Amino acid sequence: MSDLLELTAAQAIERIEARELGADELFDLYRERAAGEDLGAFLSVAGRDFPADRATNGSADAAASKGPLAGLPLAVKDLFCVEDVESTAASRILAGYRPPYSATAVTRLRDAGAQVLGKTNMDEFAMGSSNENSGFGPVLNPWDRSRVPGGSSGGSAAAVAAGLAPWAIGTDTGGSIRQPASLCGIVGLKPTYGAISRHGMIAFASSLDQAGPLTRDVADAALLFRHMVGADPCDSTSLGLPEPVRDPTAERLDGLRIGISPELASGGMEGVEPGVDAVLRSTLVTVEELGGRVQEVPLPHSGHGLSAYYVLAPAEASANLARYDGVRYGRRAGDGDLESQYERTRSEGFGPEVKRRIMLGTYALSAGYYDAYYGRAQRVRTLIAEDFRRAFEAVDLVITPTSPTVAFGLGERTQDPLAMYLSDFFTVPMPLAGLPAISIPAGMSEGLPVGIQLAGPAFSENRLLDAAHALEGALAFDSRPARG
Amino acid sequence: MIDRDEVLHVARLARLSLSDEEVGRMSGELSHVLEHVERIGELDLEGVAPTSHVVALENVLREDEPRPSIDRDRALEPAPDHSAGGFRVPSPGA
Repeated sequence: MSDLLELTAAQAIERIEARELGADELFDLYRERAAGEDLGAFLSVAGRDFPADRATNGSADAAASKGPLAGLPLAVKDLFCVEDVESTAASRILAGYRPPYSATAVTRLRDAGAQVLGKTNMDEFAMGSSNENSGFGPVLNPWDRSRVPGGSSGGSAAAVAAGLAPWAIGTDTGGSIRQPASLCGIVGLKPTYGAISRHGMIAFASSLDQAGPLTRDVADAALLFRHMVGADPCDSTSLGLPEPVRDPTAERLDGLRIGISPELASGGMEGVEPGVDAVLRSTLVTVEELGGRVQEVPLPHSGHGLSAYYVLAPAEASANLARYDGVRYGRRAGDGDLESQYERTRSEGFGPEVKRRIMLGTYALSAGYYDAYYGRAQRVRTLIAEDFRRAFEAVDLVITPTSPTVAFGLGERTQDPLAMYLSDFFTVPMPLAGLPAISIPAGMSEGLPVGIQLAGPAFSENRLLDAAHALEGALAFDSRPARG
Repeated sequence: MIDRDEVLHVARLARLSLSDEEVGRMSGELSHVLEHVERIGELDLEGVAPTSHVVALENVLREDEPRPSIDRDRALEPAPDHSAGGFRVPSPGA
């Protein structure tokens, strides 16, 4: 049994295709682990809270013959709508909501033979960096249960790290795939904006939101990503990828120019923890040992990314979340007139962080402040995108730590929203510019995993995955303790 | 600095009713975050075009042909209250 848990998703698929392993056997193993877990990673589990996939009549063996993903169990962030399965984005305002349709990303993965194992916990509406903003309780980090798994895809990251699921999907708006991947010692890819359809993803900030894989290793990330990409008539901002997603095979970085930005290296207001900085430095040595060239590259405005992000994302959120008024779905509170019904529904249904972001966004968009906040932030966004464009004339990829710190303690930052926001310092510039970035585990500090982020030009996922694959091989991170 | 009156005004715009305690907390927290955000005021943004979207796409169109969509009853299923094929709410004039 523990043997099976050590298989990556790609290895498990190989075994299933070679008839050495039954898809049902693997699905049942993970279903039992997910149903019995006590990290708070899952909000619902197939077979316990909803029927296993109907498309395969609940049979993983039938799914195995269906496609390249061979019936493999898939953990799905609760932000994705899954038809007839409760989909709440971890918000009490959507408690009991069973959507009449599925997200395109989920449908594509099912069509490729994946089976939904369960819905994972997250920060409410993806707003948070610790998973403590969930309406249904926190998630514990499998490396140290007194610490957070990161957020907002904290349930997906913890589930993969702890071996409760072979792999998972999440969403990233300002770091919500990469930061929890980093804090849990796994791989997380935020694709280029538009690579994957957003249809059926419960919206947070539509110009930034993007789905992506959270996996044990880089090869699994490429495999899952391959079956998520594609233009979709239901999302007119989706473009797909201009080339097929390749299996990453690189073992060297010969000739690759990797940029490090002095403006980002500082880590912003809070700075970078020495243990995290040490892992970055040793990774740079590894890059050079593999034949890569490390050089400084200026990203002069990236340090302002957080400020721009915490105007733009709340502004978009305040508009997107206007739809939760107790009329069409979710809960309704109050029995007075329509107006007070709206207010009671929203005040009782939303948690504190969601209210804070709605207030921040509404303020930034309100008369008299629009130009000073929203207008300025949009211009800063342009500068950040231009910085990257120039940087990628000089280098192929940019490297940073993923998070300024290792996983912090539960409750440590809940009283100070700004301190929580600073966790996103390294991860917000890329979505502001629409660029892909991947976090891979690169070392340990204080007994906890440290992730390193690589970012590239739009649609450079193949190169990004190849470079991450080469680094992963050389760094040889040991993820087993989290499954212990 | 966002004072209590401003918090109440914005809450009204956002259709949130906040308790007294929430108003006080929100005033402090929002002011703290905005202080950080206001650092973009240091930047010279003269002549910089705003970015609302990173994908250079305009007018993604399709043929205007009828096609199936979610059945009406199915779409009404998740609603807290519905009647006669529509979402039911208290009369806005009530």
